[in-house]
Amino acid sequence: MSAKNLKLIKNPLSKENPITVQVLGICSALAVTAQVKPALVMAISVIVVVALSNVIISLMRNTIPPRIRIIVQLLVVAMMVILVDQFLKAFVYDVSKQLSVFVGLIITNCIVMGRLEAFAMQNKPWESFLDGIGNGLGYGLILVIVAFFRELFGSGTLLGFQIIPESWYAANGGFYYNNGFFILPPMALIIVGVIIWIHRSRNKDLCEN
Amino acid sequence: MQDLLNLFIRSIFIDNMIFAFFLGMCSYLAVSKTVKTSMGLGIAVVFVMVITVPINYLLDNYVLKEGALTWISPGFASVDLSFLTFILFIAVVASIVQLLEMIVEKFAPALYNALGIFLPLIAVNCAILGASLFMQGKGFESVGETVVYALGSGIGWLLAIVGIAAIREKLRYSQVPAPLKGLGITFIITGLMGIAFMSFLGIKL
Repeated sequence: MSAKNLKLIKNPLSKENPITVQVLGICSALAVTAQVKPALVMAISVIVVVALSNVIISLMRNTIPPRIRIIVQLLVVAMMVILVDQFLKAFVYDVSKQLSVFVGLIITNCIVMGRLEAFAMQNKPWESFLDGIGNGLGYGLILVIVAFFRELFGSGTLLGFQIIPESWYAANGGFYYNNGFFILPPMALIIVGVIIWIHRSRNKDLCEN
Repeated sequence: MQDLLNLFIRSIFIDNMIFAFFLGMCSYLAVSKTVKTSMGLGIAVVFVMVITVPINYLLDNYVLKEGALTWISPGFASVDLSFLTFILFIAVVASIVQLLEMIVEKFAPALYNALGIFLPLIAVNCAILGASLFMQGKGFESVGETVVYALGSGIGWLLAIVGIAAIREKLRYSQVPAPLKGLGITFIITGLMGIAFMSFLGIKL
């Protein structure tokens, strides 16, 4: 893999992160981060959808009339999302129930449309595929970080396994309480805000004026 | 009547699209720099929502659901087209937005200039598709209920974006740490607004 292609995957992880820098795809991201497992499934679904629809649009890029390109893109993305949704329903039904409408909302996830418009319309299929994988990973990374803190402090578990020792809890004579606030929606926003803060204070050139 | 009012209040404050479900965050963050533009986008969202959600409701009940096609012939009772939900809903949203853009351009040029760039953006606003998908799970009994739900959700979204825009206008004069400026502080303020909105959970409806 050439250095240029490697960059396509590495850049979105930090310097061009879809969530903290490009501000794309926040819509369906935050609601699924109360636990790590749905966040992981969501991240994988988005990686698959972005990568495959990037390839399809890139293959068709010279034949799509510019005036109707949004509708064509939406239809391709919707098709990929239907495939992912049916797959989840068939193999991991409980997670699919937990994600509810948010799988469907991958269609309008700006990260997918954003990459199609900004990258796949101008580049060859292989590069587009890598770009999709990279951006999906960058998105998934933030999702998993947020879910990690929310599940650990909110429920004391990770992926469903108990991490905080049972004997620490006040119910068993200990001193510890779960912080129920982490489970609630506003905390997801605040955690992302803090992630952006840390990320930008380490990369000064990303700061806004 | 009271049920409709309850539904209206609930969809504005308690099930607020932004603070409870994070839907439509992209345009919420991108277009909330001034109150004026955010008002324009908010009104456009309310407009599109009130039109598309009832259409999707009819589509769901007369085409997609299992047994929904019996009005054509009783033989279709076992047909279940619900796997087509996403593609049909998004097609409806995209085409209504396109249609609306043409109509507004022709008959209300002033409004078109005000909304101009925002109208096409709305096709990919997740709040719109989200409202349609939530509608599916709520099992409304009439079109009237669906319209009220769509209106409430739209107004809730409008309220949120105008609120954050007003705060961001004031924020320009305060000293925010450089790395937190812009995006970061907006997230944290949205979180705080979300906490404020959670107090509506106490309302018994």
